[in-house]
Amino acid sequence: MLDYTNAEVVLETRDLTKHYGGVHALEGANFKIHKGEHVAIMGDNGAGKSTFVRQITAVEQRTRGDIILNGQPTQFDSPIEAREAGIETVFQNLALADDLDVPSNLFLGREKVKFKLGPFSILDNKAMREATMAGLVKTGVKIPNILNSIQNMSGGQRQCVAIARTAAFHSKLTIMDEPTAALGVQETAQVENIIRTLKEQQEPVILISHNMRQVFDLMDRIVVFRRGRICANLTIDGSIKPEDVVAYITGAKTGEEFPEAM
Amino acid sequence: MSQSSHGIGGLTFDEKKKARAPEWNVFFALLLIVGIFEGLGALLMGQSLLFDSADRFDSIFNEARLKIIILQVAIIGIIALGSTQVIILGGIDLSPGSIVGVTAMIAMSFAQVAEISAGVVNPKLMWAGISDLPVIVPIVIGLAVGIAAGAINGLLIAYTRIPPFIATLGMMVFARGAAKWWSKGQPISFPTDSYAALGAGMMPVFIFIALAILFHLILKYTVYGKHTYAIGSNEQASRMSGIKVEHHKVLVYTIAGALAALAAIVLSSKNLTAQAGMGVMYELDAIAMTVIGGVSLSGGRGSILGTVLGSLIFGVIISGFTFLKLDAYYQEMVKGIIIVGAVVLDQYRQKRNASRM
Ligand SMILES: Nc1ncnc2c1ncn2[C@@H]1O[C@H](COP(=O)(O)OP(=O)(O)OP(=O)(O)O)[C@@H](O)[C@H]1O
Ligand SMILES: [Mg+2]
Repeated sequence: MLDYTNAEVVLETRDLTKHYGGVHALEGANFKIHKGEHVAIMGDNGAGKSTFVRQITAVEQRTRGDIILNGQPTQFDSPIEAREAGIETVFQNLALADDLDVPSNLFLGREKVKFKLGPFSILDNKAMREATMAGLVKTGVKIPNILNSIQNMSGGQRQCVAIARTAAFHSKLTIMDEPTAALGVQETAQVENIIRTLKEQQEPVILISHNMRQVFDLMDRIVVFRRGRICANLTIDGSIKPEDVVAYITGAKTGEEFPEAM
Repeated sequence: MSQSSHGIGGLTFDEKKKARAPEWNVFFALLLIVGIFEGLGALLMGQSLLFDSADRFDSIFNEARLKIIILQVAIIGIIALGSTQVIILGGIDLSPGSIVGVTAMIAMSFAQVAEISAGVVNPKLMWAGISDLPVIVPIVIGLAVGIAAGAINGLLIAYTRIPPFIATLGMMVFARGAAKWWSKGQPISFPTDSYAALGAGMMPVFIFIALAILFHLILKYTVYGKHTYAIGSNEQASRMSGIKVEHHKVLVYTIAGALAALAAIVLSSKNLTAQAGMGVMYELDAIAMTVIGGVSLSGGRGSILGTVLGSLIFGVIISGFTFLKLDAYYQEMVKGIIIVGAVVLDQYRQKRNASRM
């Protein structure tokens, strides 16, 4: 197993906290991910996993804490700024526009243009189509016609479009929130292949998943959330077993036995 | 089976069996309605609606009636181009009829002549010193009024988060009041020749067609168009994708306001007068044209081409009723039925799509 402790830190959070009124959804999260590293985030429903992602990607503004990207403290005001800084995200509720076709969804918010004219810039549809084809072929997804609106596509195809969106753009960090939760066996395999491809390309990934097999197959490390706090940080090597992870998720075990390995 | 050039992963896609563009359905509806009126015409009147039945003209069509049909939908059609964009965005705009009223009043007050003919002063002149201005003055002022009203709609909707229905209803009532207030209820008449030329003859039709082509291209080929569809389709996703949803909404409502102002200028020019009651119910006719043209009230779907076809259906129905010498009551009743029918059809289409997911 590779040791990432000495690799360059891509993203770090310090004391990252989010309160929704009285709900302490995320409390003092200290987290690190290194170049090329694939980290799983696990935890019960409502443990604060998606909340954690929403703070990093600036979908919401944090209550307090620091987010450090490539050594620079950041303060993104909007998801687009996070994305421009290189954080690509597949959200749990797919952020896709149903009535648009695949290229439009892939390039939503960052369309290629032929001719700049402010909001009336002329779209470069051909370039977007070609880039879409190239990006999707890599993922092994099957789509009969990328120019159909995506509302009639299967869940797996839609998910692959959402993921291809992140894979098609060279990013510093890819975050996926339960990308295979609604998928069949074959589609899940496809998504896992994309994650493997990212691994080969040395691109760091944060994967939120409830699927133990998937996490053990694909990831280097597991960070467990419980009631808004990070309660364990487990490097996946021979010594760690799925039962241990479950124990942390349910609270049967606490983090003391595994001091932070960051 | 012809292999598509847009498929991947070995799935084949038969280009020839591609789903028909929804505009075709609107076009067929147009043909059907023309057919119905032709049938009724032959049966009841022994005449044709659109064709030259008695060899009275040089062409196969009854040009006079065709002109009337297009002319009477052109001005509301200009408004409908704005309604189309607002509805695709997922909103609704009830204010353009009233914006037409206030814009017509204000623009016309800067377009008046001092003397109707040599020595005869304009009895309706609003301000003694302000007359015979270059035509660009009323145009710019009129557009500014429409743009301001549209921008206020957009700002209210985007930043105070009140529903578009309420915001534009407020504007509808306010702008109508402003139209009456401007001249204390008096009509404003006798424009300069150059102003009168803006809406003379077939000008409204040319302006409508030119604007329709312009906005068709904008919706289809620009980032503005893409984002309008995206926001109407999934506002949350658009926001997460980094589209500046609030800015965009302001822009779309502003354009709708500007189009209403253009309609007002053309209409007041055509009528050679402006009255505070101008444009009443135009917003509903414009929404009807849009909906009949296949633009989905839930946003994200529709096109300018559809709306243009919808406006023609609208025109044929109105002319058809006049042609059959049926009372105007029936016209309005049938209009109502068709609007509801178009929305029911859209709901049905959506349900069918949803059940396929
Ligand atoms: N906008 C909000 N307002 C109030 N409470 C919220 C809000 N968003 C999330 N929460 C609460 O914060 C907690 C964490 O939610 P979060 O979505 O992060 O859970 P999760 O770990 O992603 O769960 P799941 O596995 O079900 O996706 C939950 O108790 C949730 O109810
Ligand atoms: Mg979640």
